[in-house]
Order: sequence, then structure tokens, then C-alpha cells
Amino acid sequence: MNAEGVDQKRRRVLVTATSAVGAVGVGFVAVPFISSMNPSAKARAAGAPVQADVSKLEPGALLRVKYRGQPIWIVRRTDKMLEALSTLDPKLVDPGSEVPQQPPYCANPTRSIKPEYFVAIGICTHLGCSPTYRPEFAPDDLGADWKGGWFCPCHGSKFDLAGRVYKGVPAPTNLVIPKHQYVNENTILVGEDEGAA
Amino acid sequence: MSAETTATAAGQAPGGFLGWLDKRFPVMAVWNDHLAQYYAPKNMGFWSFFGSLALVVLVLQIVTGLWLAMSYKPSAEEAFASVEYIMRDVNWGWLIRYMHSTGASFFFILVYLHMFRGLMWGSYQKPRELLWIIGVVIYLAMMATAFFGYLLPWGQMSYWGAQVIVNLFAAVPGVGEDLSTWVRGDYVISDTTLNRFFAFHFVIPFILAALVFLHIVALHTVGSTNPDGIEIKKGPKGNKWSDTAPADGIPFHPYYTVKDIVGLVVFAAIFSLVVFYAPDLGGLFLEAPNFQPADPLKTPEHIAPVWYFTPYYAMLRAVPPIGGSQFPGVVVMFGAILIMFLLPWLDRSPVRSIRYKGILSKLFLAAFVVSFVVLAYLGLQPASELYTLLSQIFTVVYFAFFLLMPIYTKLEKTKPVPERVTT
Repeated sequence: MNAEGVDQKRRRVLVTATSAVGAVGVGFVAVPFISSMNPSAKARAAGAPVQADVSKLEPGALLRVKYRGQPIWIVRRTDKMLEALSTLDPKLVDPGSEVPQQPPYCANPTRSIKPEYFVAIGICTHLGCSPTYRPEFAPDDLGADWKGGWFCPCHGSKFDLAGRVYKGVPAPTNLVIPKHQYVNENTILVGEDEGAA
Repeated sequence: MSAETTATAAGQAPGGFLGWLDKRFPVMAVWNDHLAQYYAPKNMGFWSFFGSLALVVLVLQIVTGLWLAMSYKPSAEEAFASVEYIMRDVNWGWLIRYMHSTGASFFFILVYLHMFRGLMWGSYQKPRELLWIIGVVIYLAMMATAFFGYLLPWGQMSYWGAQVIVNLFAAVPGVGEDLSTWVRGDYVISDTTLNRFFAFHFVIPFILAALVFLHIVALHTVGSTNPDGIEIKKGPKGNKWSDTAPADGIPFHPYYTVKDIVGLVVFAAIFSLVVFYAPDLGGLFLEAPNFQPADPLKTPEHIAPVWYFTPYYAMLRAVPPIGGSQFPGVVVMFGAILIMFLLPWLDRSPVRSIRYKGILSKLFLAAFVVSFVVLAYLGLQPASELYTLLSQIFTVVYFAFFLLMPIYTKLEKTKPVPERVTT
């Protein structure tokens, strides 16, 4: 080919245009590959709401149900437990639940719809371990000031019986309260609240 | 230049099958350029063992890994049982698995020693910046492979370790939650996650092998350095084998190949002792909770990553959340690795090797090694107030080694570097 009489400017425009169109093409082709790594229809369906029957739950006991593969805790708190909650406020990071870690209808002192039943996602807000339920008051290992709650064995985060995080532990925020509602007196539906129950 | 003239120039015109081959593929040229006529400094001592040993372990990992993949099932239902099946029912399966799991830990031991050698010899300095950078990319690829691989046995530590690490992505402001869901392919670590981690664990080693190839090509372009940090290419020419080769160089083959074989034999003996007598090395190479199948509803009492990740894990835990976000800790953890990329430009010393650097460089390097080892220990231990404080102190020491390097390497008085390598 003769190099003379080549329009360099025109050639540059064509090379740039071809590269640009090629890059856009690659971008479009990348979409299915990236999207393919997101949860499949099956995984999304498995994330459907679950029901829990709390009629047989003893006072002070904890019930675990699975929702989206995560442990959901339902605790039936005793009066003694509920009374202790407000005394802990000075030791907590966010006693008034200001950080939106809960649906608006649970942004109250007991962080629940009914004070008696506490529902939370049993995953530490630090790095996702599942904390251990320690409902007893003043056990040897957690000190005389312990008024029941959860202790995360991974990195030592502590939460009270309303899932509120203590000061000076790695977890930055209170435990997450999932959307939930009461279908009837004794049945809780986790994962759905029909707008706002 | 045709293949024929290359061979002639090398002083050997092969005939027969080799001659036929050499006309079609530069067999002799590759052999000479990288082995028989690659002149390495004659004074590379003990510390030059670890690069070639790491290469051997990479091959070992790929071969044992392939054999394990023949019996392993990457599904949440079957994974744990299939590993036990390999251990009990597959002929020699226990040996192949223990070679693979022990090989993973030894790969990191060798690479850490290899990197320490690079720090001592100043192997990252000009003109070896790119060689060093490729090395850091290799280290990152190794860590990715190890992380993906650790989920595969689907034990408690596999599961919860992956849970903690994937949740690190969730700390990224704004897109974090979506990002970690994307990595998992589910809302939790699940069958989908295991399946894709297996795919990544299988393929990244081949990328790793390609990177090692680039690492060696770059090394043979700039030449090997040595404990004196003297550039033998700039020294006098002419040795026993060639008039144009550096006087202080000796052919890699047979001199260093034979030396490395001695190293390999010693390494193989130590490696075998661990494989046969202590494959879990007291819970360090294989952690006790991993002998229980993964249970998404129950976290083990104490979670720690495998030892080779623990220095970074200790740094992650050392940084308190700021403004309700764990993101700063994640930044520090990744920053600790990424800062290595900058090393060639942080060192302002006029000399290369630690032998001729001043006292400050020696002290900082020693402090760096101590901080790395102490952080590795702290990362294995449950969090306590004292340990968190210690982690914070040593995280600062770790970063000081890098960030203060432009100052202390400039400030200190260096020793005169000899003209020729010392023996």
C-alpha cells in the first residue's frame, strides 16, 4: 500500500470511532456477566417472608427462625428484663435508636411492636457473626452490671435485650430489626409489614 | 536473525531432532537466555532459595489441586462430606489433601521470606520497580486464591471466615450491601457462593502462573540482584564462560540450579515432616472448628482467619469504627497491602542493600518484621483490651516503616559500597 496521500486525520477519526463503538459493545456484553452474579430468581424466592408461632414461647426464652438464610431471634422478655432496659441507657451507643437500624414502628424504648416480644436479625453489626444469647443477670464472665443480652464471641461486642449495642465494643450500631408484623395474637410474620403495621 | 544463526551464535549448532525443533521454535535461545547463559551474581546466598522454592510449591498446589477437584463436590450439601470422602475413601486422598493444605501455608511462608529478601537487598529499587510490582500482584492473587479455597471444605471456620471477609465489602459506603450480595450471589454465604468460589479458586492459579512467567521475564531483563545490591552488569566484563558477560556473574545453569536443588531437598524434608506428622500444625494450618460442618445459625466461639491473613486481620480489628462505619478499618487493612506498590518510590537511599544502609533503615526493617509477626499473633487471639491496644501500636509501626521511609533513608549516613561483589 502506498503511504502517500493517506489522510491521517480521517484515519485517526475512524480508529477512534471504531475503538469507542467497540468499548461500548464490550460494556453491553459485560452486563449479563455482572448481573449473572447477583442472586438468582430461586435465591430471591427463598427470601420470602416467614411465619413464627410464639404461643409456646416461655418467658425469657429465645426462638430462632431462618429468614433469607439469616437467624431471626424472637425473645419473650420478662418484666424484670424490660425494667432493666431503661437503666442501661448511659452505657449504650444509641439508646434512643436514632440510627435507622429498625423500621420506624420499632424506634421506641423496647425496640419492638409489643414490648414483650423482641424480634431481631441475629447477626452482629460488626462483621456478621451470630452473637450468643446470655439472658442471665450478672454472670461471672460478663460482670455484675450485665442485665441480659447478647455477647458476640468473634470480637467481643455486647448488646442488651433490646439489641442495643454497648459503648466501647467493635460493633458500631444496634442490631437490625427486620420488617415484621403480627398476623394474629400469637403469630409473627417476618419480612413483611404491609407498608407500616 | 533465524533460529539457525542464534544457535550458531550460542556456539552450538544442534543436529538431529533438536536441530529440527530449533528451526521451528527457539529452544536453544530460550535455554541459553534463561538458564545456560543467564548470568546471575556469584554471591547470591541463602536468601535466594525462596523464589525458586515458591515456584515449585505453585506447581505442587496446581497438581494436588487438580487431583482434589476430581473427587471434591462444590455444593453446600456435599462439600464437607466429599472432603471426608477424599480423606477416608479415595486412594491416597489424605496425602494429596494434606499436601495441598500444607502447601498453601508453606507457599505463604516461602513468599514472605522471598519478600523479606527483597526488602533486605533493596530489590524493588530502580530498575526493578516493575518486577516488584508484578510480585505484589502475585501476592494479591495468592491471597485471593487462598481466600476462595478456604471456603471449599465448608467447615465452620470456612463458613464464618468467608462471612466476615465478604461483609468487609458491605462496609463500603453507599453500594456496600449490594456489593456484598453480588459477591455472594445470595443474601448469605450459600451454595451459590461456594460454587462460584470453587470456580475462582480453580482459575486464579492459572493467572498466577502467567504472572509468575511475567515476573521471571522482568527479572531476566533487569538481572538478579544480590546481598551487596551491586549491579553486576555495570561492573567489569569477562568471565570464564564469556568475554562479554559480567565478571561477577556465573551461569544460572548449572550453578544455581544445582544450588536450588539442595535447597529443594532440605525444603522437601521439612515439608514432609509437617505433612506426615502434623498436618494441622496445632490448629495453625488447619483450624479445629473446620472439622465441623458449616452451620449458618451458629457462630464458633472464636473466629480467626488462617495464620497468613492474621496480620491484616489484627489491623482491621485495631481500627475503631468512625461515624458508625467500619469502613476505616477496611481501608487500613487493604492499605497495608496496597502500600507495598509504592515501595520503589518511598526508598530514597543512595544504596540498595541493607548491608550498606544506615542504622535507621536497619532498625525500621527490624521493627517492621517484629510488627508483622506480632500482628500475626494478635490476629489469631480473641479480642481483648490489651490486645487491641497492642494491635494499634504495631499497626502504626507497620505503616511507619513505609510512610517514614522517604525521611529516614534520606537522613541516615550510608556506608561506602564496594566496586565488586563480596564473597
